[in-house]
Amino acid sequence: MKHVLGDKRAIAILLGPALLVYTAVMLVPVLWSLGYTVFEGNTIIGFTFVGFDNFTRLAGDPKVWDAVLFTLKYALVVTVGQVFIGYLMSLLYVFVLKKSSNIVRTLVFFPVVLPTVAVALLFQKLFEVAPQTGVVNSIINSFGGESVDWFGSGANAFLVIAIMDIWRSIGFYGVLLYAGIVEIPEDTLESARLDGATGWGLVRHIVLPLSLPVLLSAVIFSINGTLKVFDTIIALTNGGPGNATSPLTLYMFQTSFSYGEYGYGSTIALLLTIVCLLVTVFIFRSSRRDLTKA
Amino acid sequence: MSRQMSRNAALAPILAGAGALALVLTGCAGGTGNAAAPTAFTYLINSENTMIPGQITALSEDQCKTENTALPLKVETVPQTNLDQKLQLLAGQNALPAMYAAGNAPALTKTLDESGNVVDFEVALAEIGALDDIEPAAISTIKSLYGGKFNVLPYQYNIEGIWYNKQVFADAGVEVPATWGELVAASAAIAKTGVTPFSASGEQGWPLTRLVGDYLFRDLGADALQKVADGDAKLTDPEYVAAAQAIADLGAAGYFGQGVGSIDYDTAASQFLNGKAAMFYMGSWILESLNDPERNKIGADNVGFMPFPAVEGGKGSIDEYPANVGLPSTMSAKVYDDKVADWLGCIAENYGSAALKDQGTISGFKANSEVSGVDPLTQVVQTTISESTSSVLWFEALFSTKATTTSQTNAAQLVTGAISAEEFMKLVQADLDS
Repeated sequence: MKHVLGDKRAIAILLGPALLVYTAVMLVPVLWSLGYTVFEGNTIIGFTFVGFDNFTRLAGDPKVWDAVLFTLKYALVVTVGQVFIGYLMSLLYVFVLKKSSNIVRTLVFFPVVLPTVAVALLFQKLFEVAPQTGVVNSIINSFGGESVDWFGSGANAFLVIAIMDIWRSIGFYGVLLYAGIVEIPEDTLESARLDGATGWGLVRHIVLPLSLPVLLSAVIFSINGTLKVFDTIIALTNGGPGNATSPLTLYMFQTSFSYGEYGYGSTIALLLTIVCLLVTVFIFRSSRRDLTKA
Repeated sequence: MSRQMSRNAALAPILAGAGALALVLTGCAGGTGNAAAPTAFTYLINSENTMIPGQITALSEDQCKTENTALPLKVETVPQTNLDQKLQLLAGQNALPAMYAAGNAPALTKTLDESGNVVDFEVALAEIGALDDIEPAAISTIKSLYGGKFNVLPYQYNIEGIWYNKQVFADAGVEVPATWGELVAASAAIAKTGVTPFSASGEQGWPLTRLVGDYLFRDLGADALQKVADGDAKLTDPEYVAAAQAIADLGAAGYFGQGVGSIDYDTAASQFLNGKAAMFYMGSWILESLNDPERNKIGADNVGFMPFPAVEGGKGSIDEYPANVGLPSTMSAKVYDDKVADWLGCIAENYGSAALKDQGTISGFKANSEVSGVDPLTQVVQTTISESTSSVLWFEALFSTKATTTSQTNAAQLVTGAISAEEFMKLVQADLDS
């Protein structure tokens, strides 16, 4: 084996096909899109070179910065919600439900496998105000409150999106973190208990430090997923009302494919890439050790 | 050094392969020149529209049987929200079908026309001697929409106005309002009886922005939005903001009912057809539902049609009906040949009377054969169309796709008060400027 892997030609033959496919479906479109940033136009009218016009336009486009703000706000709130509640779920599985957690884990995991559009329709109906009064508004009414038009203002719509996305993914993060916590050796926990650590103290000083690597992996998973959010928002609010819940991805999509501005759309895509890169680097840096070795 | 060389040599074919693949991909993208002659009369249309493809299919089995044998009809559908993307992709690949829905905004059709993808019907219909089959009013509406060119086929020719429930008006003791002030007063009186004054789809947005546009036409005259398109006026000018404010005030008073932003088109229509709303601003395409006793629970006799009221002291006339050709269809210039021309001739000759007879809808094609038993409401609209001397467009008619989207997606916020009239007009104007 060592002999084979020492031979550069063998490596080339082994990697070649995958590299070719990767180049065709990833690298070429990425570089292509990068090239579009200095052009404007679309496939119907053709492309014209515009230099750095798209970048100056990007800097002065309030909609882009609204979208960046929304994207970051969404990523922060949903990541914190997903990982924090997921962590609580995993603690519940390991320390309270113990061996009998199977059924609960399955039930909590269930929303993860549901199609996004189905979940979005479900939440649309739950939070509906007209033509029928949805469950949430019925509950508010039964306590004597006025019905709320949940999709009528940006703040309310954001709340519904956040609740929906957290609900549908805590099962995933619960299981992911459960796998990390369940690996903590029983001896370590036992000796901590003998030293008098119980409840919160045990979690704070033993479980949390030992599950930190998997916790940080979960955060990176979540933040990168949420920065690129698209389908849930398209299905639930379509970016509305107005563009109050439009993330960068949606603005990029509309610019390119609805308004036919491929160049400017690619420039927005580049911005999104840079945002993702910065956030990931920031998390890597702020974690205490190299997660790739964890 | 030699190791380095051998590695480079080994990588060379891979890189060359990747490069070749990239070239192949480049070859696929873009394209000029003519597409191959069509083997079918393919019609790409938004899936929401079942009326036109239904009628064309009926023609293919009857009056246009010969044309259908020569070039068989094939209907393909795409959701309206994906239509523009699909058209752009197909145009880029030179693969637009023989006939297709022309896009959500006239701006896209103009782009397609500039790139040689759209048939000039003034020429094409003259060549086959069928120009006389089109209503002159429809041609003039199309020309004002598409920069002076006859680029789309008027499968629908609609005028717009307010449909109202006569019984609800009688119960509230109101007359048909002729001015904006009277309309507001009538709405207040109707709201007191517990009926929602207006049914409108905020989810679609355009049923609300139509009101803004109409107010502008009545207040500032028929050229109000042409001035904006030409850059001679801005939507942020106080007299333009006043129109958005007038509609926002209706919303603030609660005249559109609850959760207007979540109401979709069908729900809005059924609210009116079930008597839950007193007025419904809509185009004459809604006649199909109004004439259908299954859907129309309040009864066709109980429905009246009035023009958008005059604005006190305004320059516009109440007789200028907003007119449009629906979401129109056009033909691809690149696959237009004799067989497609035969289809065009057959459609021009027969569509008008067939649509009137089978569906009770009015098109921009002349009804060449006598149609009896037309529903009374349809007759009202027909008379109105034939008596009207001039028409106006709608709020977004001359806007870019981007400004159209912004206008329609923010309309619900305007009437719920989430954004002010100034903010609304500012958002749309910003997209017009960009």
